[in-house]
Amino acid sequence: MSRASDVLSGEHFINGNTASAEGAIAAGCRFFAGYPITPSTEVAERMSRRLPQIGGTFIQMEDELASMCAILGASWGGVKSMTATSGPGFSLMMENFGLGVMTETPSVIVNVMRGGPSTGLPTLAAQADVMQARWGTHGSCDVIALAPSSPQEMFDFTLRAFNLSERYRLPVMVLSDEIVGHMTEKVVIPPAEGIELFDRRKPSEPPSEGYLPFEPGPDLVPPMANAGEGYHMHVTGLTHDERGYPIITAAAQTKLVRRLCEKIRQNSRDIIACTEMETDGAEVVVVSYGISARTSWKAIRAAQRGGVKVGQLKLDTLWPFPEERVRALAGKVRGFVVPELNMGQMVYEVERCAAGQCRTRLVPHPGGETHDPADILAAIREVAA
Amino acid sequence: MTEGHDEHDLQHHNGSSSVHRDRSGTVALHERHHRETGEHPLDHLLRPGRIPHIWCTGCGLGVVLTAYLNGIQKAGVDLDKVAIVSGIGCTGRIAGYINLDSFHTTHGRALPFATGLKLANPELKVSVISGDGDLFAIGGNHLIHAARRNVDMLVLCVNNFNYGMTGGQVAPTTPVTARTQTSPYGCWEHPFNLPYVAAASGAVYVARWTVLHARRLVESVAEAVRHPGFSFIEVISQCPTNFDRPNKGGEGIDLMHFYEKKTVVKNGIDPKEADIGLYTPIVCGKFVDQSKPTYDSCYTNMCTMARGGKK
Repeated sequence: MSRASDVLSGEHFINGNTASAEGAIAAGCRFFAGYPITPSTEVAERMSRRLPQIGGTFIQMEDELASMCAILGASWGGVKSMTATSGPGFSLMMENFGLGVMTETPSVIVNVMRGGPSTGLPTLAAQADVMQARWGTHGSCDVIALAPSSPQEMFDFTLRAFNLSERYRLPVMVLSDEIVGHMTEKVVIPPAEGIELFDRRKPSEPPSEGYLPFEPGPDLVPPMANAGEGYHMHVTGLTHDERGYPIITAAAQTKLVRRLCEKIRQNSRDIIACTEMETDGAEVVVVSYGISARTSWKAIRAAQRGGVKVGQLKLDTLWPFPEERVRALAGKVRGFVVPELNMGQMVYEVERCAAGQCRTRLVPHPGGETHDPADILAAIREVAA
Repeated sequence: MTEGHDEHDLQHHNGSSSVHRDRSGTVALHERHHRETGEHPLDHLLRPGRIPHIWCTGCGLGVVLTAYLNGIQKAGVDLDKVAIVSGIGCTGRIAGYINLDSFHTTHGRALPFATGLKLANPELKVSVISGDGDLFAIGGNHLIHAARRNVDMLVLCVNNFNYGMTGGQVAPTTPVTARTQTSPYGCWEHPFNLPYVAAASGAVYVARWTVLHARRLVESVAEAVRHPGFSFIEVISQCPTNFDRPNKGGEGIDLMHFYEKKTVVKNGIDPKEADIGLYTPIVCGKFVDQSKPTYDSCYTNMCTMARGGKK
């Protein structure tokens, strides 16, 4: 279905939301369902223009509940699918995000974060949905969320989100923000043949009576059949066994939920990605992500000029959290500085992993603008002192 | 019946009223097959190890399940291409018993899931089977929009006038004055007339039957599955455990007698005239049967335009 010519290989000057849409198309996404919401709407607009040209389906649904469900349905129809939204819409997607986790349905959700709670700041940035991404759906589950900090990363990370969702069979989140979504920069789209794609593993056996749609492989991920292929599978959001049949017992719950969490935990080294800058020998490490990673650079350079040994751990994946790396750094540094456009969310993870080995200093900001680098600089100096 | 209730041996009981009453050719054939093989003729369409089902004694859902399976076979479609999608509730459990691709989604969201499934693979024959609360309360917005878009699918809505799975609460279909667990003094809200809502929202095929009309329901399912576009069938069912007991409607068999005596078939009437009261006569029939371009055909035309082709 996908052709090389569908990928817009070359150099472009585009905004982050457009780059995200192109990343999805390059990943083989051919189904988009969404509902307009600032500041994510450009993703839908781009998809509505592009997908009809390349054999894909674009549908504007009646709300975000419907959008999330439609992408799950489309995925079972055998087509890579995505939606894009922002805070209020993300809240509405939470229940069916859980359905996607429980039914192990590959798909991608882009959340271009804006200020909240509630309607908050529709046109201005925040990073306050990162814990909602982790814990927003009811029940226990492990999730994957990526945090791009530039239009190039909007392309790269959206593409990677598809690969991860197909590989581990769950809805994968891309947590961007208003500034990254609307920022226009150079984006390089590689030639189609240079893009590595992962497509869901299919059952190795043809349809037969004893087919077990949820029997995992050694990586704890079950191969996936699509609807219409003759497997006659049952897929339910209820706790179920390998046959897909609902089983309402503690034993079935333990087996299923443990596997759903373990398939992420066991493979976390393959999933986790960080970018480190000058962390060797650093006294202070700024742990940041998305737009705040970029704001931090100015503060880091200023501190370095003042003689402070400071580096950066940029979280390219927020979830799973890079526990091992933060623990290792915590044993070496004087402290962590965590600037984020919220009143303190990822800082709890940093603090948990630092486990008292070093100081953790939050630089909170409720959103609406980036941090003033001077505030981050002051925090770096304070921790270094 | 509450969610998570043990599945126990109540069943094969549900279909019995209609089997004895409705001696159609299909039923006679079924009985012969059963005598000769010891198997139920629909066994191949039921998931092994899933029957008995969870529904209460006297519930109409057994009839609906049987009628759907007979109807989908009668429609002559490739059963490997059939996908059943349901929401949550007693009716929502139907998907789990059928040995075809089946999806038991979240409360109210069967329709958008089904929309995604159908548009991703237009070869699929999608049926949404769910209850009145699922499709018209929590999922009401999705219903009117799926009908408006004329997505090619069958929606089979079982209306038992209450939320059965949670123990019998008031629903958007509960007739005025009916008592439920959350309308202990009698329902004071105006109910929806489901065929009227479906028709007004754009459904191209709209019918209503009761679980007594098993044979007509089979015909209607077969016809609706073949009909391109958004087809809607309401099936009125008794709920002797949760709705009919507090309202003194009697046992399952009493309700079947009620349907026999008090339903009037009026094909082709304006569904506006098909309001339902508490144990008042029920108007059944095929109310709407019209053609309109489906979502899929409209989308395909738009794509041809987008690629710079003619149209």
